[in-house]
Amino acid sequence: MLRITGGKVYDPANNINGIVKDICINDGRIVADVQGGKTIKAAGMVIFPGGVDIHTHVAGAALNFARAMTPENQRRAVPIFHKGERRAGIGGPTPTTFATGYLYAGMGWTTVVEAAVPVLTAKHTHEELRDTPIVDKACCLLMANNELVLDLLEAGEIERAKQVVSWLIGAAKVYGVKAVNPGGVTAWKWGKDAKKLAEPIEGYTKTTPGKIISSLAQIVDELRLPHPLHIHCNNLGAPGNVATTIETMKVLEGRRAHMAHLQFHAYGGDDWHNLRSEAATLADYFNSQPNLTADAGAILFGDAVTITADGPWQHLLYQLTGHKWGNLDVENETGCGIVPYTYRPSNLVNAVQWAVGLELLLLINDPWRIFLTTDHPNGACFWRYPEIINLLMSAEFRRERVKCLPKKALERMTLMDLDREYTLSEIAIIISAGPARALGLKQKGHLGVGADADVTIYNDNPDAYQMFKVPRYVIKGGEIVVEEGDIRQMPEGREFLVQPAYDDTIEEYLRPLFQQVYTMSFDNYPVEMERIARPEVVSSD
Amino acid sequence: MISLTIKEQPAVPLEAECLSPDAVHGLTADAVRALPVFLGKRKCRLDDIFAVEGQGSDELEIRGDVRQVKWIGKGMTRGTIRIAGNAGMHLGAHMKGGNIEVGGNAADWVGAEMTGGLIRIQGNAGGQVGAAYRGSMAGMNGGTILIGGSAGLEVGMRMKRGIIVVAGPVRDFAGLQMKGGSIFLLGGAEIRTGAWMIRGTIVSLKPIRLLPTFSLGCAYNPTFLQVYSRHLTKLGISIPHDVRTGVYERYTGDAAVPGNGEVLVWQPHSS
Repeated sequence: MLRITGGKVYDPANNINGIVKDICINDGRIVADVQGGKTIKAAGMVIFPGGVDIHTHVAGAALNFARAMTPENQRRAVPIFHKGERRAGIGGPTPTTFATGYLYAGMGWTTVVEAAVPVLTAKHTHEELRDTPIVDKACCLLMANNELVLDLLEAGEIERAKQVVSWLIGAAKVYGVKAVNPGGVTAWKWGKDAKKLAEPIEGYTKTTPGKIISSLAQIVDELRLPHPLHIHCNNLGAPGNVATTIETMKVLEGRRAHMAHLQFHAYGGDDWHNLRSEAATLADYFNSQPNLTADAGAILFGDAVTITADGPWQHLLYQLTGHKWGNLDVENETGCGIVPYTYRPSNLVNAVQWAVGLELLLLINDPWRIFLTTDHPNGACFWRYPEIINLLMSAEFRRERVKCLPKKALERMTLMDLDREYTLSEIAIIISAGPARALGLKQKGHLGVGADADVTIYNDNPDAYQMFKVPRYVIKGGEIVVEEGDIRQMPEGREFLVQPAYDDTIEEYLRPLFQQVYTMSFDNYPVEMERIARPEVVSSD
Repeated sequence: MISLTIKEQPAVPLEAECLSPDAVHGLTADAVRALPVFLGKRKCRLDDIFAVEGQGSDELEIRGDVRQVKWIGKGMTRGTIRIAGNAGMHLGAHMKGGNIEVGGNAADWVGAEMTGGLIRIQGNAGGQVGAAYRGSMAGMNGGTILIGGSAGLEVGMRMKRGIIVVAGPVRDFAGLQMKGGSIFLLGGAEIRTGAWMIRGTIVSLKPIRLLPTFSLGCAYNPTFLQVYSRHLTKLGISIPHDVRTGVYERYTGDAAVPGNGEVLVWQPHSS
């Protein structure tokens, strides 16, 4: 039992905006009142629901490949030493599993979504998530380049495709469905990419990226999954890609969808030399589409590791940078590319990218539809979120930073003209309440009675960076896990998943196909429920 | 000056990053004795391993065979370290300035990723001299390494700037993936010299076997070698550059990358 008293509460989901109010916790949940127990005196402090990261890459084969590829980053990173129950680990651009849990919790984030999981390597992902302590977790399943599904779409068998998707979700033990560069990763296996939404992809005659997007959105809606289709659009990172992004949004009209790392999809121009921000155009269109949510995928200057299922893009990035390149092929399902990258303010493209992330956050006017992410570790490491919060809350500080960019870059962005400053309540929406709602996690992102007792308490400080960098307390499931940046307890987090119903006969269809095209036997393919630490099945309603 | 004498050869390698002018400067003898070192995974005091005499200063003298002592002079920016005997791995790694002199041999990773300063080894060195650590994009980025004897594998791997001179023969992959800087091989090299090199210069005074991805451009006496020669003479090394005594054959490669590096092989005129 715990009572937090005297703090200013920001709970936007319940329309509470900076009111001094007691928060009572019992048995891991928020309750109306408690008698006795411990009290935290929070006078002069600010109380938020625990942070929710809707799009991050913290576990799985691809991330592990990235860790192995960048020992130089780990040598430079701050080590976390073994102490009592706390495991040793390394921070840096791709933190180790235990360190990931400690760093997220240390910053006040209590729920994270691993955004890209192939079925084939889902076992590995869940095992790494098991070793990512404190935070609650969920996964999105990569589906837009799964050849079993694409073959069915080609044959016009949408109903059977739905059954297959449903079965695969159950087999992989995931929470949502993700589409990465729809059709492009499949085309990459032929050395091609899928750049146009209306053109059939390589290896198919009728299936187009647009068709894949609309079919998957339809399937996800029909299966009534709590989280809508999670989309990484075609043409990520390419100059002029804003047209593709808006076209994708048009394809999605009438459907729910979450647009991932929108920053990487909001560029104008037709070459690297004239790349410019089209954040205003994109935000304008997005504002008129209430069916959509998005996350920022902002970048910050410094070292990052780009890691995505978007293989063709990664090959291009490797050719542009001459840096290291890793490429993984995941049989019939997807692929993955990894290129370490350093964002530099002196680089025109990077300077524009930096501005686009912030512009989108400032120009999309409904904070309930745009969320704070860096597409960790692609745009920047997640532990740098407080830097972005600081940039959003102070227009003056932001302008100071813009002034440091090359003059040429300033002509290609509108950031200098934006006066909007985020309020604490709006920050609470973009880091917690909004993503929780978009994920359909009813017990997360708010402090109403019955919610999970995930609470972050900050010292009220005019310096937003300092305030958000080191919370005074972090409470996870009713336990005080962090006090002034020190990890106190390391409970195991839960994992959320969905188990949509499917027609049992679909296994009869899949089994022979599997024997023919997979290297793994059908019976070994699904992830056993026992492999998941503290699973919690979220119902489709 | 501070003088350290090793008491006995440690059974496992000792990690002693504190053996650097930057770490001991201005410390009393007692403070130096208390500096932490790691014997395997155990933390010890410096005087558990070394007898320490004198005050902390910018001059260190290390006596005895310290072949098991790693990371001597790590990241040092100034001063001098003199080692009478053999030195252990990672000597002068990440070094930024100052001098290191070794009377005996040195192990692998001498001057790895260094950016400045001078390291002189009288005897032989191990592999990865001035190299990049695994995963790093660039090795040595300045400074000078002089080796009186032979050296091991991957000398100057991914080096970007600076000079390495090896008097004796070196083993395979000298200048592997080299991005700049100069390597002088006075005693020749084994195979695959300059593999994957992008830029930079490798000078060999002995005939060497080159990869098929290197092509012969011309034979000449580059003017810049006269400038280098003048510089190296001050360090006690002489490089031939007189047109009357011979010419350099210039090979470009490695075409497999493709790269623009050069390998200059000295061809003395037959007298």
